[in-house]
Amino acid sequence: MNDLVQWDLQEVQEVITSLKHKPGALFPILHGIQNLAGYIPAESLPLIADALHQTRAEIHGVVTFYHLFRMTPPGRHSLEVCRAEACQARGSRALEAHVKAKLGIDYHQTTTDREFSLEDVYCLGNCACGPSIRIGDDIIGRVTPEKFDQLVDELTTVALEIRS
Amino acid sequence: MSIKIYVPRDTTTLALGGEKVVSMILAQAESRGIDIELVRNGSRGLFWLEPMIEVQTGNGRVAYGPVEARDVAALFDAGLPEGKSTHRLALGDPEEIPYLKKQQRLTFARAGITDPVSIADYKLHDGFKGLENSLALSGQMIVDEVKASGLRGRGGAAFPTGIKWQTVHDCAADQKYIVCNADEGDSGTFADRLVMEADPLMLVEGMIIAGLAVGSTQGYIYLRSEYPVAHQIMKEAIANAYQAGYLGENIQGSGKKFDLEVRLGAAAYICGEETSLLESLEGKRGVVRFKPPLPAIKGLFGQPTVVNNVLSLAAVPFIMAHGSKAYADCGMGRSRGTLPFQLAGNIKQGGLVELAFGPTLRELLDDFAGGTETGLPMRAIQVGGPLGAYLPQSQWDTPLDYEAFAAIGAVLGHGGVVVFDESVDMTEQARFSMEFCVEESCGKCTPCRIGSTRGVEVIDKIRAGDKVEANLALLDDLCETMIDGSLCAMGSMTPIPVKSAFKYFPEDIALAHSRMSIQTEAK
Ligand SMILES: Cc1cc2nc3c(=O)[nH]c(=O)nc-3n(C[C@H](O)[C@H](O)[C@H](O)COP(=O)(O)O)c2cc1C
Ligand code: SF4
Ligand code: FES
Repeated sequence: MNDLVQWDLQEVQEVITSLKHKPGALFPILHGIQNLAGYIPAESLPLIADALHQTRAEIHGVVTFYHLFRMTPPGRHSLEVCRAEACQARGSRALEAHVKAKLGIDYHQTTTDREFSLEDVYCLGNCACGPSIRIGDDIIGRVTPEKFDQLVDELTTVALEIRS
Repeated sequence: MSIKIYVPRDTTTLALGGEKVVSMILAQAESRGIDIELVRNGSRGLFWLEPMIEVQTGNGRVAYGPVEARDVAALFDAGLPEGKSTHRLALGDPEEIPYLKKQQRLTFARAGITDPVSIADYKLHDGFKGLENSLALSGQMIVDEVKASGLRGRGGAAFPTGIKWQTVHDCAADQKYIVCNADEGDSGTFADRLVMEADPLMLVEGMIIAGLAVGSTQGYIYLRSEYPVAHQIMKEAIANAYQAGYLGENIQGSGKKFDLEVRLGAAAYICGEETSLLESLEGKRGVVRFKPPLPAIKGLFGQPTVVNNVLSLAAVPFIMAHGSKAYADCGMGRSRGTLPFQLAGNIKQGGLVELAFGPTLRELLDDFAGGTETGLPMRAIQVGGPLGAYLPQSQWDTPLDYEAFAAIGAVLGHGGVVVFDESVDMTEQARFSMEFCVEESCGKCTPCRIGSTRGVEVIDKIRAGDKVEANLALLDDLCETMIDGSLCAMGSMTPIPVKSAFKYFPEDIALAHSRMSIQTEAK
């Protein structure tokens, strides 16, 4: 399976060049690269280090400190399930188990067909109407196992249509 | 004339199908030849009624909710465009809904009423009055006004905002910074999000005033990456404020300058801690700094920095528009003004409830929560986020006031109230608190980093019925070590929810044991 996200080092370099002048530029750069490529490719670390006059180890240290930044390509859909207390109180533990069983993966993994990457998240701010999940930039509330299955069906059907 | 219809663009509305409702409204209006103007307002924070749509009539607004896409055609049939109230989802005048009417909305007065990114709407509803007044004052006079209001930081530590500003004001430096802490990591909280999604210009105004007060020309909003909708709305609001001459050089012709930028976090709870946040803004690992030096003296890039929560900064425009007294007149004891409580978890009527400090937790629940979603009795309530205590019935008569909560070993924190029904296993909650600390510790202190891992193991043994007494004693020791040996509240407060779970709900230990042995047998 080829990677779904296309990027080249030239574009990564452009992101770095356009942001490196900012005070505290590393975060904007990392967000910029992850928006572009879906992850922080290892090849980008020396470019960032160069632009910011820091060592590669320093950049690597920052990338790995934060849950959001990933160094492997994600699946077509990044799926996050809220594990925090207010969602627990509304049944998220059962939902978590269902999601993992349905997709056949655990947190921080990607399905073999590369459709879904699964991450945990601690609160999406939709705590009055949980359990909450996030798919890409969409947050979805009151997610039951049935509603989740329906969402998965919708997302995978759309993907098939685009491909054919 | 076209009919104005409001559909919020906030996270919860969207999470419950708001965009589909919008498409249906547009389709229905078109097919019926009705001329409408769709306004994307903010939510009023009555989340259990979202998507709540409102129609402007000659006699004010009429609300309907919770509306699903499939209801829209019937709502049009039932006279929604004329504001008729015959449909079962009709709620009448939104301002008269008891949940809203019983609140004291100072900070959230405009939420849901205005288009959040419209400068004209903002000004029409008292916006920028506080800034206008502040532009005529010296920095010291603004600091004095904020001091007199009694405002205490809403991020959790409840430190007096005016005193923090005084410190930054008194520092001589070429560059000072205003940093807004919009990391809102606590589960069960969404008040910061609602400010940024429903009334972001209020935050912009608060930050400009803070800049004028302490002599800073640069602000940053450190926003958690889990809030994509708030990010989008905040960016639009800032762009509009620049366009209208409220940000940038020469604010409203005053010769004063203030620049403002949103910076995204990267999913680390610890980056809500102010020094970790500053490290992160500087592009480093979010490891907590030793204090002193205080951020007020040596903060962002080593410069004097005000770090304030969204709600603290958002309270400032009201104080500067209406005077410190109007704010300080609300509240009890040393807790002045209002706190937006956030009702979440297993309740029917979750949402934002802004009240003056003082009513009891039980009154808050009785007046607003509407019982549990599951219909089972409430059993445990976690107040103040993941580092807050789990409170049983016997503690619910505590007044919502910083000092009263401290007196029972609990915290109000950022005002999150998370309700659990009687199906909760409190030993599982205690385990989660420790696990959360393992996940989110910045790693600097051993008691926090290693102690929490040990904590999970010990709780697992207790839950499995393994030497319960001895392990409870061990857990107690471990908690004491974390309290004494941690640099910040992540490590020193994780014991609060853990200890409260075992103290108030000891009967769950035996229950957990029997549940776990049934599970093992089933395997
Ligand atoms: C682990 C931890 C997490 C915190 N998270 C937040 C947060 O998400 N938002 C916030 O405003 N303050 C948070 N704080 C408190 C901040 O350190 C700081 O007190 C606050 O931003 C100061 O602003 P205020 O005086 O306006 O409350 C946190 C503190 C700790 C120890
Ligand atoms: S208590 Fe934990 S989170 Fe806080 S500084 Fe120490 S290790 Fe870091
Ligand atoms: S706890 Fe899940 S959205 Fe807040």
